[in-house]
Amino acid sequence: MKFTQPVDSNLFDDAKVVGKPMQRIDGPLKVTGTAPYAYERNDAAPDALYGYPLGAAIGHGRITRMDAEAARSAPGVRAVVTTLEIDPLEKGINNVARLFGGAEVQHYHQAIAVVVADTFEQARAASALIEVDYEEGTPADLDLDAAFERMQGTGEPDTLVGDVEAAFRDAPHVIDQMYHTPAESHTMMEPHASTVDWSDGEDMTVWTSNQMINVNLKSIAATFGIDRERIRVESPYVGGGFGSKLWLRADAVLAALGSRAAGVPVKLALPRPMVMNNTTHRSATVQRIRLAARADGHLTGIWHEAAAYCLPGGRGENPTAQTPIFYAGDTRRVKNHVVDMPLPETADMRAPGEASGLMALEIAMDEMAEALDMDPVQFRIINDTQVDPANPDIPFSDRHFVECLERGAEAFGWSKRNTTPGEQRDGDWLIGHGVAGAYRGALVLPSGARAILDGGKLIIETDMTDIGTGSYTILAQTAAETMGMDVADVEMRLANSAFPASSGSGGQFGAPSSASGVYAACMALRDKIAGNLGIEDASFNGGRVTGGDTDMALSEINEEVSTEDAIQWGDFQKDYAMGTFGAHFVEVGVHAYTGETRVRRMLAVCDAGRIINPITARSQVIGGMVMGVGAALSEDMALDRGRGFFANHDMANYEVAVHADIPEQEVIFLDTLDGVATPLKAKGVGELGLCGVAAAIANGLYNATGIRVRDYPLTMDKFIDRLPAI
Amino acid sequence: MRAFSYEKPADPAAAAARAAEVEGAKFLAGGTNLLDLMKLEIETPVHVIDVNGLGLDEITETEEGGLRIGTLVTNTALSADSRIRRDYPLLTRAIAAGATGQLRNKATTGGNLLQRTRCPYFYDTNMPCNKRKPGSGCGALTEGAFSRQLGVIGTSDACIATHPSDMAVAMRALDAVVETVTPAGMTREIPIEEFHLLPGDTPEQETALMPGELITHVRLPAPVGGTQEYHKVRDRASYAFALVSVALVRQSDGSGRVALGGVAPKPWRSDAADKELPNGASAVMSVLLDGARPTEENAFKITLAERTLAAMLKEA
Repeated sequence: MKFTQPVDSNLFDDAKVVGKPMQRIDGPLKVTGTAPYAYERNDAAPDALYGYPLGAAIGHGRITRMDAEAARSAPGVRAVVTTLEIDPLEKGINNVARLFGGAEVQHYHQAIAVVVADTFEQARAASALIEVDYEEGTPADLDLDAAFERMQGTGEPDTLVGDVEAAFRDAPHVIDQMYHTPAESHTMMEPHASTVDWSDGEDMTVWTSNQMINVNLKSIAATFGIDRERIRVESPYVGGGFGSKLWLRADAVLAALGSRAAGVPVKLALPRPMVMNNTTHRSATVQRIRLAARADGHLTGIWHEAAAYCLPGGRGENPTAQTPIFYAGDTRRVKNHVVDMPLPETADMRAPGEASGLMALEIAMDEMAEALDMDPVQFRIINDTQVDPANPDIPFSDRHFVECLERGAEAFGWSKRNTTPGEQRDGDWLIGHGVAGAYRGALVLPSGARAILDGGKLIIETDMTDIGTGSYTILAQTAAETMGMDVADVEMRLANSAFPASSGSGGQFGAPSSASGVYAACMALRDKIAGNLGIEDASFNGGRVTGGDTDMALSEINEEVSTEDAIQWGDFQKDYAMGTFGAHFVEVGVHAYTGETRVRRMLAVCDAGRIINPITARSQVIGGMVMGVGAALSEDMALDRGRGFFANHDMANYEVAVHADIPEQEVIFLDTLDGVATPLKAKGVGELGLCGVAAAIANGLYNATGIRVRDYPLTMDKFIDRLPAI
Repeated sequence: MRAFSYEKPADPAAAAARAAEVEGAKFLAGGTNLLDLMKLEIETPVHVIDVNGLGLDEITETEEGGLRIGTLVTNTALSADSRIRRDYPLLTRAIAAGATGQLRNKATTGGNLLQRTRCPYFYDTNMPCNKRKPGSGCGALTEGAFSRQLGVIGTSDACIATHPSDMAVAMRALDAVVETVTPAGMTREIPIEEFHLLPGDTPEQETALMPGELITHVRLPAPVGGTQEYHKVRDRASYAFALVSVALVRQSDGSGRVALGGVAPKPWRSDAADKELPNGASAVMSVLLDGARPTEENAFKITLAERTLAAMLKEA
């Protein structure tokens, strides 16, 4: 199915299943511990042995010698593969550092050996017996601030509109500030894990934890130089990804090498202390934001220049992602610099770009509102735009940012807040309120599915993943709606490379893309059923197909009917800017003596088109808000600048938010429909919930204390000397 | 984890004797710290002596009007004991501020005193650490290292690690006494202030225990009364080690006791600083933290300690 024009009316307009709250259908499996995760595939590979990785002990350099003899002769060991024994493997899609092979060490904890043994403990113990000598690389300059200073003003702007210098010269109100966001780790609950059967070195089966099956399949084929047809990848349950499992990682590669070497299936999970330096993370950013405004609040200049780092050839993080498009403004200059640094690999993490960009931009907006003596909600409303500011002929497909702000302000009681910083107290706690805008792009990707009607049951097969987001449920709802069937009669089969390729899960494109793909496959199935029955204008309702003289239950169709289709996206979408929008409101308490900062209540208002399932969508948004609390208040990968590695590489020292940090959270979904975005008029929402949260907290901290903190996380060491005197 | 042999001795004295006899032996109680360290090969005992089941799990009243806590009393049981809650609320508050319910159910009184530092360089066997591998250097004191969580006072050029316990800070403020049995079968008493050692040039030596010596009890003197508070400051609201913690016992005349956690290789308290309590937080800290040698990253702990105590003095 090609989506060639904006959808006006279709079957989702009187939806009976889509849009209705529905508990996730895989919930019982998860709460009973029976969902088969990648490391626990005893059902599929009962004889799998245990693999354990060894990571490099230096930041970068070369291995000069490895001696694995003691490991090979250790109790229970079946095989050891060291990185010196094989040539560097080809890289998979979007891998920057190689995952295994050769003497070069590109980053700390890069995998350099795998041990296979009869028990987990034996494999782990043997891995520690491998002796490695290194030649350390030249110490690198890891100072991102210095790199920004060097690069500032260089290169062609990514976006340039009008004479921004003149606008700043002429504006009555200008702000110009530096902001810092730290390196962040996905820290999903399930570490990267795979069970691989490559026992005979021929066909390969990979039970893994991955967000994009087709990409994973292609990457494995490239890595090992074997045909895709000989590989099967399954990832039916994923214990969180947040972008960390978009691309092939070392767990699958090491399990495959271990399996081939030992001649048995091997399972391997990255040990938690290896996850942060071995896999990917979100780059730290340095951002300079300048805003110019007229006295009436209209922005006349937006100037955003930033820097992030990556290994040579990587993409880093682009915190300016939202700046060309989020707010109106007469002139604009946007530039992101990506600096090469020999650090662990940077790549996508939930809302790559906007998450770190809005942490800065939405503080800057608060600062400008204050400079204008204007309510920060009103200031944002004034600067709303319904077109791409750089291309005014391009309208937004559907944008209700103003309504998000207004509904949120009303529901939160924004008008009742104290507007003079530092003047509201609750005992020892200074109380403040903050707001921030939220924006995240609404990308869609081609996505395929197979729909099979078999004895009154509908089976949907697609390689789409459910990374805890609710894909099983919303795709079943979409299929049931399209076929006029009951959700209980739909069987979902996901995340298997034997099934049609989907968008996969990432970039909040998964739900809108894969639901559209399932819709396409089901519409094809309707056509085929109608054709088989010789009906024109068939309708599908209540488990029956009707039209002409025919009125029969789908369960009466004895022959299995199967179709496959994919959604393809027409060029007309390029005539529109597509995005999702929101507003976050928070109440923050800052301990007047210690600077401990705790969030007391949170509200998000989201404009993301049709919400396919309010329960799973709400879970996504509140999960994003939790991640935003961590980003605001505690998460910080601590770089040892001398050694070039992240020192706090476990969950004790990298502090994500815990239950005690999270107050009551409220989510309001605007009842919007975006017929340009997808046939369901739906857009993704899984990343929108994170975007802007941290800045709302920073603005709340300012309102509570009168102290502006522009470096995340907002820990007391950054402002304790500015708290009220004791 | 390295392979090890295992035994369950018959009584505490036998446990101590065996621990002295077998080189590289370690006692196992709750295991909440030891097992983690063994998995990472930071601790590599060749022989594990399991002291669970030796009794030592009761809280009894002493003739002096205090309490004698068996070393195997769990953190949960200790913090919940009605006599502790009534007469030593500082101890209950400190314990409840640490770890999680699951960990406190397993962790023991003696084991809590013996837990190792959470310094990230101690925890990463690829890194130099004088405590883990004497003579290898201090990973946290090199240029560009991460030291935000680490010690500001009582540290040395060889080690700036902190002792992570909350319970021990309360024990220090309450003048607890550690009772032991030696390998020779003799009992010994060690005041809590002498129990933990400063690192000096030998950060691997963390306590006054001699090889094989086993903690049997921790004794609390008669209750000191007053108002007792424990304020633990951290970036997130739970399940994190203290940036700074303050244990405060305050009498109605303004006198009292102050001990700090999160700043030093041991619970940090001094009689001279206690005497300054009537003069306020600044006066206390100028004595208690005199001679502090923070890093650039953790200098804020000095200010934080003073402000935390100031908040408590106002509240008390």
